[in-house]
Amino acid sequence: MGIDWQTFRLTLQLAFTVSLILLLVGLPVAYWIAFSRWRWKFLLEAVIALPIVLPPTVLGFYVLVALGPRSPLGRWWIALTGHTLAFTFTGLVIGSILYSLPFAVQPFAASFSAVDKRLISASSTLGASPLRTFLRVIAPLSAPGIITGVALSFAHTMGEFGVVLMVGGNIPGITRTVSIDIYDRVQSSDYAGANQTALVLLVVCFALLALVYGLNRRAWLIHPIK
Amino acid sequence: MSDIRTAVDVAAPLNNAPIPSTAPLHAKFRKRLQSRGNEFLLDVAIDATSGFTILFGASGAGKTTLLDCLAGLTSPDSGRISLTDRVLFDSSLRVNVPTAQRRVGYVFQTLALFPHMTVEGNVAYGLAHLPLAERFGRATSLLETFRISQLAGRKARDISGGESQRVALARTLVTDPEFLLLDEPLAALDAPTKGKIIDDLREWNRTHNIPILYVTHSREEAFALGERLIVLESGNVVAQGTPHEVLSAPYLETVAQLAGFENIFDAVVEAVRPERGTMTCRIAGDAGGVVLETPLVRGGVGSTLRIGIRAGDILLATSPPTGLSARNVIPGHIQSLEQRDVIVSARVRCRIEMEVHLTLAARDSLELTPGKEVWLVIKTHSCHLMQG
Repeated sequence: MGIDWQTFRLTLQLAFTVSLILLLVGLPVAYWIAFSRWRWKFLLEAVIALPIVLPPTVLGFYVLVALGPRSPLGRWWIALTGHTLAFTFTGLVIGSILYSLPFAVQPFAASFSAVDKRLISASSTLGASPLRTFLRVIAPLSAPGIITGVALSFAHTMGEFGVVLMVGGNIPGITRTVSIDIYDRVQSSDYAGANQTALVLLVVCFALLALVYGLNRRAWLIHPIK
Repeated sequence: MSDIRTAVDVAAPLNNAPIPSTAPLHAKFRKRLQSRGNEFLLDVAIDATSGFTILFGASGAGKTTLLDCLAGLTSPDSGRISLTDRVLFDSSLRVNVPTAQRRVGYVFQTLALFPHMTVEGNVAYGLAHLPLAERFGRATSLLETFRISQLAGRKARDISGGESQRVALARTLVTDPEFLLLDEPLAALDAPTKGKIIDDLREWNRTHNIPILYVTHSREEAFALGERLIVLESGNVVAQGTPHEVLSAPYLETVAQLAGFENIFDAVVEAVRPERGTMTCRIAGDAGGVVLETPLVRGGVGSTLRIGIRAGDILLATSPPTGLSARNVIPGHIQSLEQRDVIVSARVRCRIEMEVHLTLAARDSLELTPGKEVWLVIKTHSCHLMQG
């Protein structure tokens, strides 16, 4: 049967979209986690870390319900676009963002917290706004952690299976990702095709991660330091 | 204002001048800190005029917290901080100007240079509001003032300690702050380097004339720098004045400072001689005890004090000494002698009991033995006083 390149294109498209959105969403969330003094902050941290421990099917199930026509979000989306979010690429992106959120936010927050507090104070005594302090001081000094977070969320999205299956189903060209393609092939005893596809995925993922870590040698896996 | 006066009255000597009320920087506030179960209360009232004001105190006295409150990096629980006519913090008016708008210069103990930027980038950092050309013009002139132009292109993480200190000062001063906080920024430097930087800073302030609060725990530095000195101890201002008044002239010592004294006695003030800067105190003992001449501190006749005298500051004579500058000569008998390493500790009974430290050679040449008649000689300024 050979390799279905369409699934690769779709998977890469999903991973790029998700890691880009996680970069934009994860930075402010991580900033808040690193610097807020709210006493119930730990509750939010726990919620963000949930996808690490929950079975993907559980997360996928909730996302499916939330996106479906019986939830307010689902109804609103249907009113807006005329079709349901479930079993669409957009639905897949939403599920994947939630699933990979901790893999972006945790390295971001850890590297923000590792920035010397006196540098942040110095920036504000020099008249800089919090945004300028973030852009000129915190972010550059956290670059390894930011790169690590993006790379991890990219890799994690590339390899996800349970959430995709629950939320996206298995629609060729729309929601059929590489991992699901491999599962399908094994189910239909196409071991040769599964083997080839798995090998390509392995090589692609390894090459991407090697590139990121090679460019970013000081980064640690989960807890980046300066 | 009234509280400032009180602090001076309680702790500083009589000749202390009143605090001028024209000082641009006023701060009077309280802040409670909780760390590892220990509660610490910073409760201060300070004024800083243009020029150097030294904030002197042991580590843990609250110096850095005080500076952080002035800079707005942390907020007092209550009180008011103002700079000439600008209110920076006022708990009753609910005013708390953010750090970035306080126009404060703050050089941290750790300097906190931005390690990923060049020296020039660091110095130009605070000038973001200016057009690019002017920004670098200003930065360049400050680099020249502090003699670090040659470092402009170097990364801040790659320069030496002394260079970093100059860069940190230049980075702060380039923003034209309205008051300057220096938290032991020169602590790690050798004296000549330190002196040069201080001279450059004085030169800079000749034209800017802003209050500079300089934190140190070094007496030498306090003497060398300060027009004015504020002594902070466990969160409270215990004295304000010129370094000479506060540090060299007699003042009430603190419990911690007297902790190392071998001889500590309770005493009652018998007479004061303000014109001579001395007073006499009686230490209770056999046959009326002992009368000592001590430095003058605030407190009238009849008030109780504690006198501390180091065992090594007492001279011992075997015949009645004459023609001495020292004012206190007390006859007594040696009670016991005890050798400790290379010193001899003599206990002398002179209506009260005093410990005196001698060298082995002194013991041998004076042929000291228990029971021998001796005279103790104690200089006025060897008597250190604290509140009883």
